[in-house]
Amino acid sequence: MSTVVLPQVEAVRPGPKKRLSPWHVWGVALLVPYALVFVVFVVYPVGYGLWLARHPESYAQLFDDPVFAGSVVNTLVFLIVAINLKMIAALLLSGFFINTRPWIKWLSVLFILPWAVPSIPTILSIRFMLNPEWGVINQLIFKLTAADGPNWLNDRWLALSMAMIVHVWKSLPFWTMIMIAGRLAIPKELYEAAGVDGASRWQQFKFITWPSMQTLYLTSTILSMIWTLGDFNSVYLLTGGGPADLTHILATLGIRYLRLDQVDLAMATIVCAMPLVLPLVYFMMKRLSR
Amino acid sequence: MKKTLTEAKLLLIGIPVALWTLLPIYNMFLFSISTKEEAFSGKLWPDHPTLRNFEVVFREQHHFLGYFWRQLGNSLVIAIAVGVLTLVVATTAAFAISRLKARGGRVVLNCALLTYFIPAAFLAVPMYKAMGTYGLLNNQWALILAMITIASPYAIWVLKQASDKLPLELDEAARIDGASPLQLFRLVYLPLMAPSLVAVGVYALLLAWNEYLYAFLLLSNERDVTLAVALGLFLSADDSPWELLMTTGLLYALPPAAIYYVFKRYMQSGLTAGAVKA
Repeated sequence: MSTVVLPQVEAVRPGPKKRLSPWHVWGVALLVPYALVFVVFVVYPVGYGLWLARHPESYAQLFDDPVFAGSVVNTLVFLIVAINLKMIAALLLSGFFINTRPWIKWLSVLFILPWAVPSIPTILSIRFMLNPEWGVINQLIFKLTAADGPNWLNDRWLALSMAMIVHVWKSLPFWTMIMIAGRLAIPKELYEAAGVDGASRWQQFKFITWPSMQTLYLTSTILSMIWTLGDFNSVYLLTGGGPADLTHILATLGIRYLRLDQVDLAMATIVCAMPLVLPLVYFMMKRLSR
Repeated sequence: MKKTLTEAKLLLIGIPVALWTLLPIYNMFLFSISTKEEAFSGKLWPDHPTLRNFEVVFREQHHFLGYFWRQLGNSLVIAIAVGVLTLVVATTAAFAISRLKARGGRVVLNCALLTYFIPAAFLAVPMYKAMGTYGLLNNQWALILAMITIASPYAIWVLKQASDKLPLELDEAARIDGASPLQLFRLVYLPLMAPSLVAVGVYALLLAWNEYLYAFLLLSNERDVTLAVALGLFLSADDSPWELLMTTGLLYALPPAAIYYVFKRYMQSGLTAGAVKA
């Protein structure tokens, strides 16, 4: 997948040969370790993978698999709903966390936990919380309403929603941290001046906070989209793709084919995700490699 | 009056945020101090809290836990190896790109960025095949090398940003004094970069410790897998011992949380600053 963009990068032509000083030699020599890592573990695997994905039959077979179409829809829903929810929540919560109170400081310390701890134990914990018989959520529902709660992970859209909640739970702290950093970079004088002029909270947000944060917000959203496309854990560890392979997203579907020893299909799935990934990558590369 | 109202509003946000954040973690903790019956009863605190689960885990007294200590060791060794080697790869590259202005540095930086933007689950499939070709499947080096590949692009990026901020006069002064590139690297660059190096090292270490997907693809032998993979294996049984799973999970989640808090100062400034340059 990366080779598609590579030629453009290599357009930087080496200049005319000069006499090499030790500084030049060391410069190149110190690049070698990473260059090796890149060639051996990125260029070769990706090239090999694309070569495996060259057969048109793989795509025909893939499009015939009903799981594939479902996964594409799930992936799009996941991206649109989960990311917008998460980024808006992060933007709003950052406004809460910049209040200076001792207890808010403590809360912000705890708030980081979902991001700092590994996914697997926490997601499995949520998985059990959602267990229809023994999970704490349905037991509470039963105590409060005397009715049985839903079978959370046994319905396509309910299970996918839960996977999205897991995703938001896990990555919200990180993006809130980014948004807090963005808010703290806004000069306080702007708000003071606005306060003197009698601007309402909404006006302050609309005319000061948002204009200063919108670039950060957009970049974060794009970056988050790229990462969310590769979010295997939230779906796989919660639903395992079930019920009946209805909650797969492209990331888990690729791995599913790999586990079934259908590497051609796994690679074809990934190639099919490229129209989603490449524009985002292009945008981020343009933004960061200035 | 107005002040109390503001406080009340803040609490109205703060309490749900605290519940939302802590509930899954509390559930895990609750399981670890409950017997199986109590864990499944939906109580918010067990009638008879017990440390029995921890004893079972520490003594490896369940067939899912036969290699607990070994797997914990695997996680630790792999995380440390990834942390150290990522530092080596990323620091040398960042130094060459930012300070030595090495020829081709720009290209290497763009390659790194490009790798950073490949979703990890998509790279996993070709990586798995390539590791097979290299004959590294079921070898812990496969996981170490894969995690270095994933961690180093961001590490290079953060270190490059940080080292661009060091004044150029330092290098010039060192050159005039006749320092060699290696002396500049060792005596000037590394000491000045120490805070960022800590942030990047810890980042790579935590990334490797927490990794599930690559670990479960690349390693399968029960004696070689990391604790993350071992936790996933619990699910293979229909009547999984959830209280032991959660106990092990808690033990597995504690070290990264502790490390994060110890190095929080470095992590937050180093990583959030580099994450989004807007």
